[in-house]
Amino acid sequence: MTEPFEPRIVAFLCNWCSYAGADNAGISRLPSPANILPIRVMCSGRVSPEMILRAFRSGADGVLVLGCHIGDCHYIDGNHRTIKRIPLLRNLLGYIGINPERLRLDWVSSAEAPKFAQVTQEFVETVRALGPAAREIGG
Amino acid sequence: MMDAGRHPNITLLTYSEVEAISGYVGNFTARIRKRARSVKEDICTGCGLCQEKCPTKVVDMAFEAGMGKRKAIYRPFSQAIPNIPVIDRENCRFFTQGKCKVCQKLCPTGAIDYEQQDTLLDVQVGAIIIATGFAMWDPMKLPQYSYGLSPNIITGLQFERLTSATGPTGGEILTAEGKKPERVAIIHCVGSRDEHAHLYCSRFCCMYSLKHAHQIRDKTGAQVYDFYMDMRTFGKAYEEFYVRTQDDGVVFIHGRGAEVEVLPDGRLRVKGEDADLGLVAADVDMVILATAIEPQPDADRVASIFGLGRTPDHFFAEAHPKLRPVETATAGVFLAGCAQGPRDVPDTVAHADAAAMQVVRLFNQGEVTISPTVAVVDTARCVGCGDCILACPYSAISRTAEAKAQVNAALCHGCGTCTAACPAGAITALHFTDEEIVAQIDGLLEIVL
Repeated sequence: MTEPFEPRIVAFLCNWCSYAGADNAGISRLPSPANILPIRVMCSGRVSPEMILRAFRSGADGVLVLGCHIGDCHYIDGNHRTIKRIPLLRNLLGYIGINPERLRLDWVSSAEAPKFAQVTQEFVETVRALGPAAREIGG
Repeated sequence: MMDAGRHPNITLLTYSEVEAISGYVGNFTARIRKRARSVKEDICTGCGLCQEKCPTKVVDMAFEAGMGKRKAIYRPFSQAIPNIPVIDRENCRFFTQGKCKVCQKLCPTGAIDYEQQDTLLDVQVGAIIIATGFAMWDPMKLPQYSYGLSPNIITGLQFERLTSATGPTGGEILTAEGKKPERVAIIHCVGSRDEHAHLYCSRFCCMYSLKHAHQIRDKTGAQVYDFYMDMRTFGKAYEEFYVRTQDDGVVFIHGRGAEVEVLPDGRLRVKGEDADLGLVAADVDMVILATAIEPQPDADRVASIFGLGRTPDHFFAEAHPKLRPVETATAGVFLAGCAQGPRDVPDTVAHADAAAMQVVRLFNQGEVTISPTVAVVDTARCVGCGDCILACPYSAISRTAEAKAQVNAALCHGCGTCTAACPAGAITALHFTDEEIVAQIDGLLEIVL
Protein backbone atom coordinates (compact mmCIF):
# COMPACT_ATOMS: atom_id res chain seq x y z
CA MET A 1 0.00 0.00 0.00
CA THR A 2 1.32 3.43 -0.90
CA GLU A 3 0.68 6.31 1.48
CA PRO A 4 -2.17 8.62 0.31
CA PHE A 5 -0.82 11.66 -1.53
CA GLU A 6 -0.51 14.62 0.86
CA PRO A 7 -0.41 17.82 -1.19
CA ARG A 8 1.52 20.81 0.04
CA ILE A 9 -0.44 24.01 -0.33
CA VAL A 10 0.93 27.48 0.20
CA ALA A 11 -1.80 29.73 1.54
CA PHE A 12 -1.41 33.51 1.45
CA LEU A 13 -3.63 34.90 4.19
CA CYS A 14 -4.34 38.58 4.57
CA ASN A 15 -3.54 39.83 8.04
CA TRP A 16 -6.91 41.38 8.86
CA CYS A 17 -9.53 38.95 7.65
CA SER A 18 -8.28 35.54 6.63
CA TYR A 19 -5.35 35.20 9.01
CA ALA A 20 -7.66 36.25 11.84
CA GLY A 21 -10.25 33.82 10.45
CA ALA A 22 -7.66 31.03 10.57
CA ASP A 23 -6.82 32.04 14.13
CA ASN A 24 -10.50 32.02 14.98
CA ALA A 25 -10.89 28.56 13.43
CA GLY A 26 -8.13 27.38 15.76
CA ILE A 27 -9.70 29.03 18.80
CA SER A 28 -13.02 27.41 17.83
CA ARG A 29 -11.27 24.01 17.52
CA LEU A 30 -12.36 23.60 13.92
CA PRO A 31 -10.13 21.17 12.07
CA SER A 32 -8.26 22.56 9.09
CA PRO A 33 -5.80 20.33 7.22
CA ALA A 34 -2.09 20.32 7.99
CA ASN A 35 -1.48 20.50 4.23
CA ILE A 36 -2.10 24.24 4.40
CA LEU A 37 1.20 26.11 4.82
CA PRO A 38 0.17 29.62 5.78
CA ILE A 39 2.04 32.81 4.92
CA ARG A 40 0.76 36.02 6.46
CA VAL A 41 0.71 39.08 4.22
CA MET A 42 -0.75 42.42 5.19
CA CYS A 43 -3.21 42.40 2.31
CA SER A 44 -4.20 39.94 -0.39
CA GLY A 45 -3.22 42.79 -2.74
CA ARG A 46 0.38 42.19 -1.63
CA VAL A 47 0.42 38.77 -3.30
CA SER A 48 2.18 39.29 -6.60
CA PRO A 49 1.96 36.72 -9.41
CA GLU A 50 5.71 36.16 -9.01
CA MET A 51 5.17 34.81 -5.49
CA ILE A 52 2.55 32.36 -6.63
CA LEU A 53 4.80 31.13 -9.44
CA ARG A 54 7.67 30.94 -6.99
CA ALA A 55 5.59 28.72 -4.74
CA PHE A 56 4.88 26.34 -7.63
CA ARG A 57 8.54 26.39 -8.63
CA SER A 58 9.55 25.54 -5.07
CA GLY A 59 7.32 22.51 -5.10
CA ALA A 60 3.86 23.60 -3.96
CA ASP A 61 1.01 21.44 -5.27
CA GLY A 62 -1.49 24.24 -4.87
CA VAL A 63 -1.69 27.90 -3.92
CA LEU A 64 -4.57 29.38 -1.97
CA VAL A 65 -5.07 33.13 -1.69
CA LEU A 66 -7.53 34.28 0.94
CA GLY A 67 -8.51 37.89 1.55
CA CYS A 68 -11.23 40.08 2.97
CA HIS A 69 -14.59 40.11 1.22
CA ILE A 70 -14.93 42.76 -1.46
CA GLY A 71 -16.03 45.91 0.34
CA ASP A 72 -14.48 44.82 3.62
CA CYS A 73 -10.80 45.29 2.76
CA HIS A 74 -8.88 46.77 5.67
CA TYR A 75 -6.99 48.79 3.07
CA ILE A 76 -10.14 50.09 1.41
CA ASP A 77 -9.68 48.37 -1.96
CA GLY A 78 -6.48 46.32 -1.94
CA ASN A 79 -8.50 43.20 -2.70
CA HIS A 80 -9.87 44.83 -5.85
CA ARG A 81 -6.34 44.31 -7.21
CA THR A 82 -6.41 40.70 -6.06
CA ILE A 83 -9.69 39.94 -7.77
CA LYS A 84 -8.21 41.17 -11.06
CA ARG A 85 -4.77 39.57 -10.69
CA ILE A 86 -5.60 36.04 -9.59
CA PRO A 87 -8.13 35.14 -12.31
CA LEU A 88 -5.71 36.54 -14.91
CA LEU A 89 -2.90 34.43 -13.51
CA ARG A 90 -5.21 31.40 -13.46
CA ASN A 91 -5.77 31.91 -17.20
CA LEU A 92 -2.04 32.02 -17.80
CA LEU A 93 -1.13 29.03 -15.60
CA GLY A 94 -2.31 26.62 -18.28
CA TYR A 95 0.33 27.95 -20.69
CA ILE A 96 3.12 26.90 -18.38
CA GLY A 97 1.58 23.48 -17.84
CA ILE A 98 -0.01 24.02 -14.45
CA ASN A 99 -3.65 23.11 -14.03
CA PRO A 100 -5.47 26.39 -13.11
CA GLU A 101 -7.45 24.39 -10.52
CA ARG A 102 -4.29 24.44 -8.42
CA LEU A 103 -4.77 28.15 -7.72
CA ARG A 104 -7.78 29.26 -5.74
CA LEU A 105 -8.89 32.69 -4.58
CA ASP A 106 -11.55 33.03 -1.92
CA TRP A 107 -12.75 35.46 0.72
CA VAL A 108 -12.76 34.61 4.43
CA SER A 109 -13.57 37.28 6.98
CA SER A 110 -12.17 37.22 10.51
CA ALA A 111 -15.54 35.99 11.77
CA GLU A 112 -15.83 33.14 9.26
CA ALA A 113 -13.92 30.43 11.08
CA PRO A 114 -16.20 27.67 9.70
CA LYS A 115 -15.64 28.99 6.17
CA PHE A 116 -11.87 28.90 6.65
CA ALA A 117 -12.08 25.27 7.69
CA GLN A 118 -14.43 24.47 4.80
CA VAL A 119 -12.40 26.25 2.08
CA THR A 120 -9.11 24.71 3.21
CA GLN A 121 -10.60 21.21 3.41
CA GLU A 122 -12.22 21.54 -0.02
CA PHE A 123 -9.07 22.87 -1.65
CA VAL A 124 -6.89 20.15 -0.16
CA GLU A 125 -9.28 17.54 -1.56
CA THR A 126 -9.29 19.26 -4.98
CA VAL A 127 -5.49 19.28 -5.12
CA ARG A 128 -5.23 15.75 -3.71
CA ALA A 129 -7.42 14.57 -6.61
CA LEU A 130 -5.17 16.38 -9.10
CA GLY A 131 -2.08 14.62 -7.77
CA PRO A 132 1.42 16.06 -7.38
CA ALA A 133 2.12 19.24 -9.35
CA ALA A 134 5.59 17.94 -10.18
CA ARG A 135 3.95 15.35 -12.45
CA GLU A 136 2.47 18.16 -14.57
CA ILE A 137 5.48 20.42 -14.58
CA GLY A 138 7.91 17.57 -14.90
CA GLY A 139 10.01 19.00 -12.08
CA MET B 1 -26.87 62.99 31.18
CA MET B 2 -27.46 66.39 32.74
CA ASP B 3 -23.75 66.57 33.62
CA ALA B 4 -22.79 65.74 30.03
CA GLY B 5 -25.13 68.47 28.81
CA ARG B 6 -23.57 71.07 31.11
CA HIS B 7 -19.92 70.14 30.77
CA PRO B 8 -17.90 72.92 29.08
CA ASN B 9 -15.79 70.39 27.13
CA ILE B 10 -18.70 68.35 25.81
CA THR B 11 -20.68 69.46 22.79
CA LEU B 12 -23.87 67.47 22.56
CA LEU B 13 -25.21 67.05 19.04
CA THR B 14 -28.58 65.39 19.47
CA TYR B 15 -30.94 64.64 16.58
CA SER B 16 -27.78 64.48 14.43
CA GLU B 17 -26.09 61.76 12.44
CA VAL B 18 -22.56 61.15 11.20
CA GLU B 19 -22.73 60.85 7.43
CA ALA B 20 -19.07 60.33 6.57
CA ILE B 21 -15.68 60.02 8.20
CA SER B 22 -12.38 60.88 6.59
CA GLY B 23 -8.83 61.05 7.92
CA TYR B 24 -7.11 58.79 10.39
CA VAL B 25 -6.44 58.38 14.10
CA GLY B 26 -5.91 61.77 15.73
CA ASN B 27 -7.08 63.59 12.58
CA PHE B 28 -10.59 62.47 11.72
CA THR B 29 -13.07 64.77 10.05
CA ALA B 30 -16.66 63.85 10.74
CA ARG B 31 -19.36 65.12 8.40
CA ILE B 32 -22.41 65.46 10.65
CA ARG B 33 -25.97 66.10 9.55
CA LYS B 34 -27.77 68.08 12.20
CA ARG B 35 -31.41 67.50 11.51
CA ALA B 36 -33.91 70.32 11.47
CA ARG B 37 -35.89 70.06 14.70
CA SER B 38 -38.04 73.05 13.66
CA VAL B 39 -37.19 74.69 16.98
CA LYS B 40 -34.39 77.25 17.38
CA GLU B 41 -32.14 75.74 20.01
CA ASP B 42 -30.53 79.03 21.02
CA ILE B 43 -33.88 80.70 21.76
CA CYS B 44 -36.00 77.87 23.22
CA THR B 45 -36.13 77.94 27.01
CA GLY B 46 -37.64 74.48 27.33
CA CYS B 47 -40.80 75.74 29.06
CA GLY B 48 -42.86 72.95 27.47
CA LEU B 49 -45.90 75.08 26.63
CA CYS B 50 -45.87 74.00 22.96
CA GLN B 51 -45.87 70.37 23.96
CA GLU B 52 -48.72 70.92 26.37
CA LYS B 53 -50.92 72.73 23.83
CA CYS B 54 -50.14 70.77 20.67
CA PRO B 55 -53.43 69.24 19.47
CA THR B 56 -51.90 66.19 17.75
CA LYS B 57 -51.39 63.02 19.75
CA VAL B 58 -49.23 60.21 18.39
CA VAL B 59 -48.69 56.72 19.79
CA ASP B 60 -45.10 56.75 21.06
CA MET B 61 -43.41 53.62 19.78
CA ALA B 62 -39.98 54.66 21.04
CA PHE B 63 -39.87 55.63 24.69
CA GLU B 64 -43.37 54.48 25.64
CA ALA B 65 -42.98 51.24 23.61
CA GLY B 66 -46.47 51.74 22.21
CA MET B 67 -48.00 51.97 25.72
CA GLY B 68 -48.53 55.73 25.71
CA LYS B 69 -48.92 58.80 23.54
CA ARG B 70 -46.88 61.90 22.85
CA LYS B 71 -47.58 65.12 21.00
CA ALA B 72 -46.39 66.02 17.48
CA ILE B 73 -44.01 68.52 19.12
CA TYR B 74 -42.31 66.64 21.89
CA ARG B 75 -39.23 65.73 23.85
CA PRO B 76 -38.45 61.99 23.62
CA PHE B 77 -38.87 61.69 27.40
CA SER B 78 -39.15 64.11 30.29
CA GLN B 79 -35.48 64.04 31.35
CA ALA B 80 -34.19 64.33 27.75
CA ILE B 81 -31.09 66.44 27.25
CA PRO B 82 -31.13 69.06 25.87
CA ASN B 83 -34.52 70.17 27.13
CA ILE B 84 -35.62 71.29 23.65
CA PRO B 85 -38.55 69.75 21.77
CA VAL B 86 -38.64 68.59 18.17
CA ILE B 87 -41.48 68.69 15.66
CA ASP B 88 -42.32 65.28 14.21
CA ARG B 89 -42.97 66.54 10.67
CA GLU B 90 -44.72 63.34 9.60
CA ASN B 91 -47.49 63.89 12.12
CA CYS B 92 -47.54 67.66 12.69
CA ARG B 93 -50.78 69.25 11.44
CA PHE B 94 -48.92 72.20 9.93
CA PHE B 95 -46.57 69.98 7.95
CA THR B 96 -49.29 67.53 6.85
CA GLN B 97 -52.27 69.86 6.39
CA GLY B 98 -50.69 73.31 6.13
CA LYS B 99 -52.43 74.89 9.08
CA CYS B 100 -52.40 74.89 12.91
CA LYS B 101 -49.23 76.75 14.03
CA VAL B 102 -50.49 76.56 17.64
CA CYS B 103 -46.97 76.10 18.93
CA GLN B 104 -45.67 79.11 17.02
CA LYS B 105 -48.51 81.32 18.31
CA LEU B 106 -48.00 80.23 21.91
CA CYS B 107 -44.21 80.09 22.11
CA PRO B 108 -43.21 82.97 24.41
CA THR B 109 -39.78 83.36 22.82
CA GLY B 110 -40.60 82.77 19.14
CA ALA B 111 -38.42 79.71 18.92
CA ILE B 112 -40.58 77.72 16.48
CA ASP B 113 -39.14 77.75 12.95
CA TYR B 114 -41.06 75.69 10.40
CA GLU B 115 -38.57 76.66 7.67
CA GLN B 116 -35.53 75.24 9.45
CA GLN B 117 -33.28 73.08 7.25
CA ASP B 118 -30.81 70.30 8.05
CA THR B 119 -27.30 71.68 8.52
CA LEU B 120 -24.05 69.91 7.70
CA LEU B 121 -21.11 70.30 10.08
CA ASP B 122 -17.52 69.24 9.52
CA VAL B 123 -16.01 68.48 12.91
CA GLN B 124 -12.35 67.71 13.56
CA VAL B 125 -11.99 64.87 16.07
CA GLY B 126 -9.09 62.78 17.30
CA ALA B 127 -10.98 59.64 18.24
CA ILE B 128 -14.43 58.13 17.83
CA ILE B 129 -16.49 56.04 20.27
CA ILE B 130 -19.34 54.02 18.80
CA ALA B 131 -22.06 53.65 21.43
CA THR B 132 -25.11 53.13 19.25
CA GLY B 133 -26.73 50.56 21.52
CA PHE B 134 -29.20 47.90 20.50
CA ALA B 135 -32.70 47.36 19.18
CA MET B 136 -35.43 45.14 20.64
CA TRP B 137 -36.14 42.03 18.61
CA ASP B 138 -39.73 41.86 17.36
CA PRO B 139 -41.54 38.92 19.03
CA MET B 140 -44.09 38.80 16.19
CA LYS B 141 -41.40 36.91 14.28
CA LEU B 142 -42.14 33.81 16.39
CA PRO B 143 -45.93 33.38 16.19
CA GLN B 144 -46.13 30.77 18.96
CA TYR B 145 -45.92 33.59 21.51
CA SER B 146 -49.11 35.18 20.07
CA TYR B 147 -47.62 38.65 20.50
CA GLY B 148 -50.03 41.18 19.03
CA LEU B 149 -53.07 38.90 19.45
CA SER B 150 -53.88 40.15 22.96
CA PRO B 151 -53.07 43.50 24.60
CA ASN B 152 -52.12 41.56 27.71
CA ILE B 153 -49.17 39.87 26.01
CA ILE B 154 -46.43 42.48 26.44
CA THR B 155 -42.67 42.66 26.23
CA GLY B 156 -40.39 43.34 29.17
CA LEU B 157 -39.85 46.89 27.91
CA GLN B 158 -43.61 47.50 27.84
CA PHE B 159 -43.87 46.18 31.39
CA GLU B 160 -41.21 48.71 32.37
CA ARG B 161 -43.57 51.47 31.20
CA LEU B 162 -46.47 49.84 33.02
CA THR B 163 -44.60 49.77 36.30
CA SER B 164 -43.03 53.23 35.89
CA ALA B 165 -44.45 56.13 37.89
CA THR B 166 -44.43 58.22 34.67
CA GLY B 167 -46.02 55.42 32.61
CA PRO B 168 -49.58 55.12 31.27
CA THR B 169 -51.02 53.77 34.53
CA GLY B 170 -48.95 55.93 36.85
CA GLY B 171 -47.01 52.90 37.97
CA GLU B 172 -49.93 50.57 38.74
CA ILE B 173 -49.60 47.13 37.21
CA LEU B 174 -52.90 46.69 35.40
CA THR B 175 -54.15 44.54 32.54
CA ALA B 176 -55.47 46.19 29.36
CA GLU B 177 -58.93 45.94 30.95
CA GLY B 178 -57.73 48.09 33.84
CA LYS B 179 -57.83 45.30 36.44
CA LYS B 180 -55.15 44.07 38.76
CA PRO B 181 -53.85 40.80 37.36
CA GLU B 182 -54.28 37.70 39.53
CA ARG B 183 -51.87 35.50 37.65
CA VAL B 184 -48.93 36.59 35.48
CA ALA B 185 -46.51 34.51 33.40
CA ILE B 186 -43.00 35.62 32.51
CA ILE B 187 -41.25 33.85 29.64
CA HIS B 188 -37.47 34.06 29.39
CA CYS B 189 -35.32 33.72 26.23
CA VAL B 190 -37.97 34.87 23.74
CA GLY B 191 -35.85 35.15 20.60
CA SER B 192 -32.61 34.50 22.50
CA ARG B 193 -30.83 31.14 22.63
CA ASP B 194 -33.18 30.01 19.88
CA GLU B 195 -31.95 28.76 16.53
CA HIS B 196 -35.08 30.20 14.90
CA ALA B 197 -34.17 33.72 16.07
CA HIS B 198 -30.88 34.61 17.78
CA LEU B 199 -28.44 31.98 19.01
CA TYR B 200 -26.81 34.23 21.59
CA CYS B 201 -27.92 34.95 25.15
CA SER B 202 -29.14 38.55 25.50
CA ARG B 203 -27.62 38.49 28.98
CA PHE B 204 -29.71 40.96 30.95
CA CYS B 205 -33.24 39.54 30.49
CA CYS B 206 -32.94 37.05 33.38
CA MET B 207 -32.23 39.83 35.83
CA TYR B 208 -34.95 42.21 34.62
CA SER B 209 -37.43 39.32 34.53
CA LEU B 210 -36.62 38.54 38.16
CA LYS B 211 -37.07 42.23 38.92
CA HIS B 212 -40.46 42.16 37.17
CA ALA B 213 -41.48 39.04 39.10
CA HIS B 214 -40.50 40.79 42.33
CA GLN B 215 -42.39 43.97 41.40
CA ILE B 216 -45.56 42.03 40.51
CA ARG B 217 -45.43 40.14 43.79
CA ASP B 218 -44.74 43.35 45.67
CA LYS B 219 -47.31 45.62 43.99
CA THR B 220 -50.19 43.25 43.18
CA GLY B 221 -49.61 40.04 45.10
CA ALA B 222 -50.46 38.15 41.89
CA GLN B 223 -49.22 34.61 41.39
CA VAL B 224 -46.17 34.72 39.10
CA TYR B 225 -45.13 31.82 36.86
CA ASP B 226 -41.58 32.27 35.59
CA PHE B 227 -40.66 30.02 32.63
CA TYR B 228 -36.89 29.79 32.25
CA MET B 229 -34.37 27.46 30.59
CA ASP B 230 -31.33 28.43 32.65
CA MET B 231 -31.27 31.22 35.19
CA ARG B 232 -28.25 33.32 34.32
CA THR B 233 -27.68 35.37 37.44
CA PHE B 234 -23.96 35.84 36.85
CA GLY B 235 -23.28 39.29 38.32
CA LYS B 236 -22.44 40.61 41.73
CA ALA B 237 -25.41 40.22 44.11
CA TYR B 238 -27.51 38.75 41.27
CA GLU B 239 -27.79 35.23 42.68
CA GLU B 240 -28.82 36.72 46.00
CA PHE B 241 -31.63 38.59 44.25
CA TYR B 242 -32.73 35.32 42.60
CA VAL B 243 -32.97 33.68 46.03
CA ARG B 244 -34.94 36.66 47.30
CA THR B 245 -37.38 36.33 44.38
CA GLN B 246 -37.81 32.65 45.23
CA ASP B 247 -38.61 33.71 48.80
CA ASP B 248 -41.19 36.15 47.36
CA GLY B 249 -43.18 33.07 46.31
CA VAL B 250 -42.61 33.20 42.55
CA VAL B 251 -43.24 29.82 40.89
CA PHE B 252 -40.25 28.92 38.73
CA ILE B 253 -40.82 26.51 35.86
CA HIS B 254 -37.61 24.98 34.56
CA GLY B 255 -38.23 24.89 30.82
CA ARG B 256 -38.80 27.25 27.93
CA GLY B 257 -42.30 28.71 27.70
CA ALA B 258 -43.25 27.07 24.43
CA GLU B 259 -46.54 28.61 23.44
CA VAL B 260 -49.06 31.26 24.45
CA GLU B 261 -52.69 30.67 23.52
CA VAL B 262 -55.39 33.35 23.73
CA LEU B 263 -58.46 31.63 25.22
CA PRO B 264 -62.00 32.58 24.08
CA ASP B 265 -62.60 34.46 27.37
CA GLY B 266 -59.48 36.57 26.77
CA ARG B 267 -57.34 34.80 29.34
CA LEU B 268 -53.98 33.49 28.25
CA ARG B 269 -52.75 29.90 28.45
CA VAL B 270 -48.99 29.47 28.62
CA LYS B 271 -47.72 25.98 27.82
CA GLY B 272 -44.29 24.68 28.53
CA GLU B 273 -42.33 21.74 29.70
CA ASP B 274 -40.85 21.63 33.17
CA ALA B 275 -37.67 19.57 33.43
CA ASP B 276 -39.03 17.90 36.58
CA LEU B 277 -42.80 17.88 36.12
CA GLY B 278 -43.15 17.31 32.37
CA LEU B 279 -45.78 19.20 30.37
CA VAL B 280 -47.28 22.13 32.28
CA ALA B 281 -49.72 24.92 31.48
CA ALA B 282 -50.79 28.03 33.34
CA ASP B 283 -53.86 30.19 32.66
CA VAL B 284 -52.94 33.80 33.36
CA ASP B 285 -54.14 37.38 32.91
CA MET B 286 -50.89 38.79 31.62
CA VAL B 287 -47.81 37.44 29.83
CA ILE B 288 -44.48 39.23 29.84
CA LEU B 289 -42.02 38.20 27.13
CA ALA B 290 -38.35 38.74 27.93
CA THR B 291 -37.46 39.46 24.31
CA ALA B 292 -34.00 39.31 22.78
CA ILE B 293 -31.96 42.33 21.83
CA GLU B 294 -30.28 42.68 18.48
CA PRO B 295 -28.05 45.18 16.64
CA GLN B 296 -29.62 48.45 15.50
CA PRO B 297 -31.33 48.17 12.10
CA ASP B 298 -28.85 50.66 10.57
CA ALA B 299 -25.77 48.82 11.86
CA ASP B 300 -24.72 48.02 8.26
CA ARG B 301 -24.52 51.69 7.37
CA VAL B 302 -22.70 52.58 10.60
CA ALA B 303 -20.22 49.75 10.00
CA SER B 304 -19.40 51.01 6.52
CA ILE B 305 -19.06 54.67 7.61
CA PHE B 306 -16.64 53.86 10.43
CA GLY B 307 -14.92 50.83 8.88
CA LEU B 308 -16.14 48.42 11.56
CA GLY B 309 -16.15 44.64 11.35
CA ARG B 310 -19.05 42.48 12.54
CA THR B 311 -19.06 39.29 14.58
CA PRO B 312 -21.35 36.40 13.50
CA ASP B 313 -24.09 37.75 15.82
CA HIS B 314 -23.91 40.98 13.70
CA PHE B 315 -22.85 43.18 16.60
CA PHE B 316 -19.75 45.33 15.91
CA ALA B 317 -16.49 43.43 16.20
CA GLU B 318 -13.90 44.30 18.83
CA ALA B 319 -10.22 44.07 17.90
CA HIS B 320 -9.74 40.98 20.08
CA PRO B 321 -12.46 39.10 21.99
CA LYS B 322 -10.45 38.89 25.20
CA LEU B 323 -7.57 41.33 25.16
CA ARG B 324 -8.83 44.32 23.18
CA PRO B 325 -12.55 44.50 23.97
CA VAL B 326 -13.11 48.20 23.18
CA GLU B 327 -10.77 48.79 20.24
CA THR B 328 -11.76 48.11 16.64
CA ALA B 329 -9.71 47.19 13.59
CA THR B 330 -9.62 50.92 12.75
CA ALA B 331 -7.17 52.85 14.92
CA GLY B 332 -8.86 55.61 16.89
CA VAL B 333 -12.35 54.07 16.71
CA PHE B 334 -13.61 52.46 19.93
CA LEU B 335 -16.76 50.61 21.00
CA ALA B 336 -18.85 51.02 24.12
CA GLY B 337 -21.89 49.14 25.33
CA CYS B 338 -24.39 46.96 23.52
CA ALA B 339 -23.20 48.10 20.09
CA GLN B 340 -20.48 45.47 20.63
CA GLY B 341 -22.71 42.81 22.20
CA PRO B 342 -25.41 42.34 24.84
CA ARG B 343 -24.42 43.55 28.31
CA ASP B 344 -26.18 44.86 31.38
CA VAL B 345 -25.78 48.26 33.04
CA PRO B 346 -22.69 47.58 35.23
CA ASP B 347 -20.90 45.91 32.32
CA THR B 348 -21.87 48.75 29.99
CA VAL B 349 -20.54 51.33 32.44
CA ALA B 350 -17.27 49.42 32.74
CA HIS B 351 -17.01 49.07 28.96
CA ALA B 352 -17.73 52.77 28.44
CA ASP B 353 -15.14 53.72 31.07
CA ALA B 354 -12.61 51.55 29.27
CA ALA B 355 -13.41 53.19 25.92
CA ALA B 356 -13.07 56.66 27.45
CA MET B 357 -9.73 55.70 29.00
CA GLN B 358 -8.47 54.41 25.65
CA VAL B 359 -9.20 57.84 24.18
CA VAL B 360 -7.55 59.65 27.13
CA ARG B 361 -4.49 57.45 26.75
CA LEU B 362 -4.33 58.16 23.03
CA PHE B 363 -4.62 61.92 23.55
CA ASN B 364 -2.22 62.10 26.49
CA GLN B 365 0.50 60.38 24.53
CA GLY B 366 0.11 63.17 22.00
CA GLU B 367 1.65 61.04 19.31
CA VAL B 368 0.64 57.82 17.68
CA THR B 369 2.93 54.87 17.37
CA ILE B 370 2.52 53.49 13.88
CA SER B 371 3.55 50.11 12.69
CA PRO B 372 7.02 50.00 11.12
CA THR B 373 5.43 48.09 8.27
CA VAL B 374 5.50 50.86 5.66
CA ALA B 375 6.60 51.02 2.05
CA VAL B 376 9.98 52.43 1.03
CA VAL B 377 11.20 53.35 -2.45
CA ASP B 378 14.52 52.39 -3.96
CA THR B 379 14.95 55.53 -6.08
CA ALA B 380 17.74 53.92 -8.12
CA ARG B 381 15.27 51.36 -9.45
CA CYS B 382 12.14 53.54 -9.62
CA VAL B 383 11.30 54.50 -13.19
CA GLY B 384 8.53 56.88 -12.15
CA CYS B 385 5.78 55.01 -13.99
CA GLY B 386 3.21 55.85 -11.29
CA ASP B 387 1.62 52.37 -11.03
CA CYS B 388 2.13 52.49 -7.25
CA ILE B 389 0.39 55.86 -7.02
CA LEU B 390 -2.67 54.31 -8.68
CA ALA B 391 -2.47 51.19 -6.52
CA CYS B 392 -2.24 52.97 -3.16
CA PRO B 393 -5.61 53.01 -1.36
CA TYR B 394 -4.45 55.85 0.94
CA SER B 395 -2.92 58.32 -1.54
CA ALA B 396 0.28 57.95 0.48
CA ILE B 397 2.52 57.92 -2.59
CA SER B 398 3.39 60.98 -4.65
CA ARG B 399 5.88 61.72 -7.43
CA THR B 400 8.89 63.87 -6.67
CA ALA B 401 10.35 66.55 -8.95
CA GLU B 402 12.84 63.91 -10.13
CA ALA B 403 9.91 61.74 -11.25
CA LYS B 404 10.45 59.18 -8.47
CA ALA B 405 7.85 57.73 -6.15
CA GLN B 406 7.84 59.02 -2.58
CA VAL B 407 5.96 57.43 0.35
CA ASN B 408 4.41 59.47 3.17
CA ALA B 409 5.06 57.10 6.09
CA ALA B 410 2.32 58.67 8.22
CA LEU B 411 -0.30 57.87 5.62
CA CYS B 412 1.08 54.48 4.56
CA HIS B 413 -0.63 51.53 6.23
CA GLY B 414 1.81 48.97 4.88
CA CYS B 415 -0.65 46.90 2.86
CA GLY B 416 1.96 46.21 0.17
CA THR B 417 -0.41 46.61 -2.76
CA CYS B 418 2.13 49.01 -4.33
CA THR B 419 4.91 46.43 -3.93
CA ALA B 420 2.91 43.85 -5.81
CA ALA B 421 2.06 46.41 -8.50
CA CYS B 422 5.57 47.82 -9.06
CA PRO B 423 6.96 46.45 -12.36
CA ALA B 424 10.51 47.49 -11.48
CA GLY B 425 10.67 45.94 -8.01
CA ALA B 426 11.56 49.39 -6.69
CA ILE B 427 9.03 49.71 -3.87
CA THR B 428 9.21 47.44 -0.85
CA ALA B 429 6.82 46.93 2.05
CA LEU B 430 9.11 46.67 5.07
CA HIS B 431 8.87 43.41 7.00
CA PHE B 432 7.01 41.85 4.09
CA THR B 433 9.70 42.16 1.44
CA ASP B 434 9.76 39.85 -1.54
CA GLU B 435 12.91 38.20 -0.13
CA GLU B 436 11.21 37.53 3.20
CA ILE B 437 8.09 36.07 1.64
CA VAL B 438 10.07 33.96 -0.83
CA ALA B 439 12.19 32.66 2.04
CA GLN B 440 8.98 31.71 3.84
CA ILE B 441 7.63 29.93 0.75
CA ASP B 442 10.85 27.97 0.27
CA GLY B 443 11.14 27.23 3.98
CA LEU B 444 7.56 25.99 4.25
CA LEU B 445 7.96 23.75 1.23
CA GLU B 446 10.88 21.98 2.87
CA ILE B 447 8.37 20.57 5.32
CA VAL B 448 7.66 16.92 4.59
CA LEU B 449 4.05 16.03 5.26
